[in-house]
Amino acid sequence: MSSSTNPKDGLINFSIDGRMVQARAGWTILETARHYRIHIPTLCFHPAVKPWGACRLCVVETQYGKRGSVIPSCLNPPIEELEVFTDSERVRNVRRWVLEMLLAECPASREIKKLAAEYGVASTRFAITDPEEECLRCGLCVAVCNEVVGVQALTFGSRGVKKQLETPYRVPNNACVGCGCCVSVCPTGALQARLDTVRGDLARRTGRGFAH
Amino acid sequence: MDKLKSLEELESLRTSLLAAENPNRPVVRVCLGPGCLALGADKVSRAFKTAIKAKKLQAQVKPLIKETGCHGFCSQGTLISLAPADLFYVRVKPEDVKEIVETSLVKGQVLERLLYSDNGARYKSAAEIPFYRAQQKIILKNVGVIDPLNVEDALMAGAYRSLAKALTEMAPDEVIRTVEVSGLRGRGGGGFPTGFKWRRALDSARENPGPVYIIANGEEGDPGAFMDRAIMEGDPHAVIEGMCLGAYAMGANLGFLYVRHEYPIAIQHLTVALNQARSLGLLGQNILGTGFNFDLQINRGAGAYVCGEETAIIASLEGRVGEPVTRPPYPAQQGLWGRPTIINNVETWANVPHIINMGAPWYAGLGLPHSTGTKIFSLVGKVKNTGLVEVPMGISLGALIEEIGGGVPGQGRFKAVQTGGPSGGIIPYELKDIAPEALKPARVGLQPPDFIPTEKKELSVDFDSMAQTGSIMGGGGMIVMDDRDCVVDLARYFLGFLQEESCGKCLPCRLGLKGMLEFLTKFSQGQGAPEDIDALESLGRALVDGSLCGLGRSAPNAVLTSIRYFRDEYLAHIMDHKCPAGVCRDLITYRIAPEICNGCALCARTCPQLCITGKKKKPHAIESSACIRCGACMDVCPVNAVIVA
Repeated sequence: MSSSTNPKDGLINFSIDGRMVQARAGWTILETARHYRIHIPTLCFHPAVKPWGACRLCVVETQYGKRGSVIPSCLNPPIEELEVFTDSERVRNVRRWVLEMLLAECPASREIKKLAAEYGVASTRFAITDPEEECLRCGLCVAVCNEVVGVQALTFGSRGVKKQLETPYRVPNNACVGCGCCVSVCPTGALQARLDTVRGDLARRTGRGFAH
Repeated sequence: MDKLKSLEELESLRTSLLAAENPNRPVVRVCLGPGCLALGADKVSRAFKTAIKAKKLQAQVKPLIKETGCHGFCSQGTLISLAPADLFYVRVKPEDVKEIVETSLVKGQVLERLLYSDNGARYKSAAEIPFYRAQQKIILKNVGVIDPLNVEDALMAGAYRSLAKALTEMAPDEVIRTVEVSGLRGRGGGGFPTGFKWRRALDSARENPGPVYIIANGEEGDPGAFMDRAIMEGDPHAVIEGMCLGAYAMGANLGFLYVRHEYPIAIQHLTVALNQARSLGLLGQNILGTGFNFDLQINRGAGAYVCGEETAIIASLEGRVGEPVTRPPYPAQQGLWGRPTIINNVETWANVPHIINMGAPWYAGLGLPHSTGTKIFSLVGKVKNTGLVEVPMGISLGALIEEIGGGVPGQGRFKAVQTGGPSGGIIPYELKDIAPEALKPARVGLQPPDFIPTEKKELSVDFDSMAQTGSIMGGGGMIVMDDRDCVVDLARYFLGFLQEESCGKCLPCRLGLKGMLEFLTKFSQGQGAPEDIDALESLGRALVDGSLCGLGRSAPNAVLTSIRYFRDEYLAHIMDHKCPAGVCRDLITYRIAPEICNGCALCARTCPQLCITGKKKKPHAIESSACIRCGACMDVCPVNAVIVA
């Protein structure tokens, strides 16, 4: 779907939940919705970094002519005459399941419990591996460290279900400037407890990288 | 060999090679495909060389041993074919070679015992065998015939003829037009119209001038699929030529062959072929003196299934983590290093030379109007003739499995077919007699299983019909199941595979596959409630809607289709705590029928738990508390006295 602007004013006219809205060129559906104060839940979206599309809570159902689909609103720009539904049954189904699985993945997170309750999800059917876990591996901390701070003190290690937030090569590094951006963007506050594992033992920090 | 500077030089080389060929010289083609190689085809080939040396045959009659790619009939390996006598020997062992040389090569007689026989009939030549008779080989025409390491062999078979034709007679736009008209659709699984994709890349390149890249996707990770492998190993020049044509059409100067690391032979053959093409001036600067520059390089995938997804391939080539990114922008608009990039499957590229050579109308005439051409399938599972088959699109599922596949081995009954690899669906075999129109089109899993055949027509194998059953055609894997296979267990196996291979970027895929697997593991242990089936279905739909890339979006297919068509079997697991197929270990018991058991004690000696007891020549019994349900006793019992229930 490529964005097509109205030649007259450079604005894109489309509808969200039946309400006519206008998006400026370059806006995504999510940004437009936020502009009109239409609520779309997100966990991995932050205006400071490029949208990554990991949490999929921001999915919306779209109808364009005969073609309908469910797409993440944080990544897709609107097109003229698109109809967007932010709370349809298909959308709620995705959100409910993601939230129920998140309750098992990060049981310690109050933010996720609150969000899940909004969607009527109070308990989870899935196995809880770590009752203390808060991190949902959304990648915001990695993105902000890389894109905004301009260092790469954080990264993801392993793949799939084993995916973990780590430092590069699993050694504490000196790249971390201790700015705390990662902590401030973290949607669940999981990083607060992890900062020292990223930076390593402060007593051993000598100003030279000891990673390599 | 010198570089060819013009089209004429290529053709005169071809003519001189053909003229030097002695049509009466015996040729032995030994299949070195994956199946035969595992059975020791390399030893057979070596035995031929020693046996011929020992015979001291004259130069005129000295047979040529060709180590070729896959012949296709994998269940009968090692396969060899003899020309010009047109003999086809199956199950050849190194010990047989001396006799073959004696009788067939020296005396010119047929060695009856090595011919393929079925139902009392013996078949001398491959073309007569039912397995081959119903096939239409276009892409695989040279696979198993030419020596893939010998460029002269490929040239004699017509390689680079289409490239020469396109470079001299056709404008780049005409090449795209031809591919568009041919109706070629991507063979990797998506079935996206190839010409349309090329056109889009060309348009993006015009808007935003700069380099264009092309990529061949040889990351064939589906379990049980080896279509691309056979092409890359057996006819590497076809892939190179197809890519050259694509590069010419789109003005690309650099291309990449992304081949999985697990295919060392394919990588070796492609490397040799690339060097040969370069030394002949068919790759590199100023190809055939036309001023067209194009070169290819091989990149190896490091063993990630998700790197078969096109945006993940691009990430991998750029040196980033092999994780997909969202589309749009599509790679054809913004791909490798932000430039328009065309990624086609290896099989798709191998189709292109044939389309250019024979013309779009010829190609469009093959198969069905919306699914043109032929498709290679790897037919595996509970069929007699397993192997690699190439059939026109639109062949009926029944014909593919019964005529070519030769039916189910033993006394089993066909139950289901799993198409399209782990991302495909499981469709019941009875569906073969149902016209695809009778199946309600729409999203998988949303319909109750109440389809009523409106007219009696056969289900054909093509992109659209397969999609209507809720499955996909995919890359061409086709796993046939009989009544001793459990759909719950198969769905669980595929989900386990996909869960291992998920990149973990988006939550529905990373957590959802794990969650679905939890449900299925519960079912296979006889736990859960009927509502859990609906919950699993709903979770599957959440994955289809919510996941980022094709892996997550298609991963629930096996579960959704098996629930749609085999809900009874799920209920049997949950409600009756029984596995009707006798597969799920927690729900079955093995016992020995005392009236059948002859007391041979073979089972007692095989049992790893030593839990089978009994006196000699007296019925034996299994101590079920110690039994681990491995099924070893069942496999060895000569009188089929071991019963699973």
